Amino acid sequence: MTVPAAPPAAPLAAPPAAPLAAPPAAPLALLAELTHRCPLRCPYCSNPTALARPGEELDTATWARVFQEAAALGCLQVHLSGGEPTARRDIVALVRAASEAGLYTNLITSGVLTGEAKLQALAEAGLDHVQLSVQDAEPVSADRIGGYRGGHAKKLDFARLVHASGLPLTLNAVVHRQNLDRLPQLIELALDLGAGRLEVAHVQYYGWALANRDALLPTRAQLEAATATVEAARRALKGRLVIDYVVPDYYAKRPKSCMGGWGRQFLAVSPAGRVLPCHAAESLPGFDFPNVRQVSLQWAWEDSEAFNRFRGTGWMPLPCRGCERAELDWGGCRCQAFALTGDAASTDPACALSPHHGVLSLAVDAAIEAGTAFTYREPQKIPG
Amino acid sequence: MTLSGASVLRLGRGMRLREDKARGQWVVLGPERMFVPDEIALEVLRLVDGARPVDAMVDDLATRFAAPREEILGDVLAMLEDLAAKGVVTA
Ligand code: SF4
Ligand code: SF4
Repeated sequence: MTVPAAPPAAPLAAPPAAPLAAPPAAPLALLAELTHRCPLRCPYCSNPTALARPGEELDTATWARVFQEAAALGCLQVHLSGGEPTARRDIVALVRAASEAGLYTNLITSGVLTGEAKLQALAEAGLDHVQLSVQDAEPVSADRIGGYRGGHAKKLDFARLVHASGLPLTLNAVVHRQNLDRLPQLIELALDLGAGRLEVAHVQYYGWALANRDALLPTRAQLEAATATVEAARRALKGRLVIDYVVPDYYAKRPKSCMGGWGRQFLAVSPAGRVLPCHAAESLPGFDFPNVRQVSLQWAWEDSEAFNRFRGTGWMPLPCRGCERAELDWGGCRCQAFALTGDAASTDPACALSPHHGVLSLAVDAAIEAGTAFTYREPQKIPG
Repeated sequence: MTLSGASVLRLGRGMRLREDKARGQWVVLGPERMFVPDEIALEVLRLVDGARPVDAMVDDLATRFAAPREEILGDVLAMLEDLAAKGVVTA
């Protein structure tokens, strides 16, 4: 496996005529991964395969400092995520701290741990928005995918509580071969539950999802049907439901702008305090990600080698270098580049211009032949 | 949504108007969305409080900007209809 080379270190004294490098633009959003604990075991979970232990988690006061620093740095939003963020006993205090820092506070949750009293407390603490994940529209399948019996019914109860509380609700459906055929029912479900937004997110294949790729990759026919369904629903439901939908990488010709570019708009803090340009970056080798226990968020964002390594376009190899889309998609996803080429500094293979683009169609062909068994997300299990 | 001078508007569900000091601007934040209102839209949004009808907003603006009331009413209604279509404000 190739460990990407670090960019040349900046000279200590700038050459006379060179202007001082401007600090990078401020980040817009913070993803706070409060914990990796979760009662569900989704086989596509975006948490790293090496899950943080509960004992490593940052405490309430440290998170409160992180929220203050994020707001001072320019973040406008915080996504409180996990794992399951409400598995933290101090979740209400954390929401209050984020809200008091002036951040728009979004809770990304599986909904299975929150009853009426806790939701009420979260709303009073200043929560602005709830994003609830569902695994399928059909309860038996949903519970099988999430690896948690009775989970779907609990989610529906939770969604009704959210709606009754007046908080805005987004339903998030991660879709793949084993549930994509029920996209029309998922749209119905979003309407029934009073969600204002439905996010239809195709699985991103790294970490747990890469280990389960054969069981999850959709077929082209499924994908075409899904795209048609979304287009029709968007027209029919204009003004009632916003549907976010992006074509998955394995069938795309050009990559997505992952995180809006490395270190450009977004930063994540892991349960143990590591500051990351994207929630999946922790599994990239050859990085020394800064930790909020040792450094300020500002230093991590502006000065750390990890954030500067893939920032901008200077690091880009061919065919990205000089490409007219270089500042539109920023060369795609570093984690996917690493997962599929062994080199985080290569062009994302989702791009048809990448010499590795062929591995995607090979994976699609292999998946069509494969079964439906999952490797569930579990702390002790390392997918191979 | 068709609005009139009698319409009473508030910010949409989950929408927050807030200063963005780092970038020297004001923003409307919503679920996975962000709008940067221009100067005039910002003046209008600041008057959206769920109590004041559009007519009262227009009176306020007409006094402060010394502009003809009828003209302002037309502009404000058009702007609010656009913001309502985006979910930023709601009746
Ligand atoms: S994807 Fe599933 S297992 Fe992972 S944190 Fe979310 S609900 Fe839990
Ligand atoms: S070559 Fe690089 S910059 Fe150009 S479209 Fe492909 S991934 Fe994007």
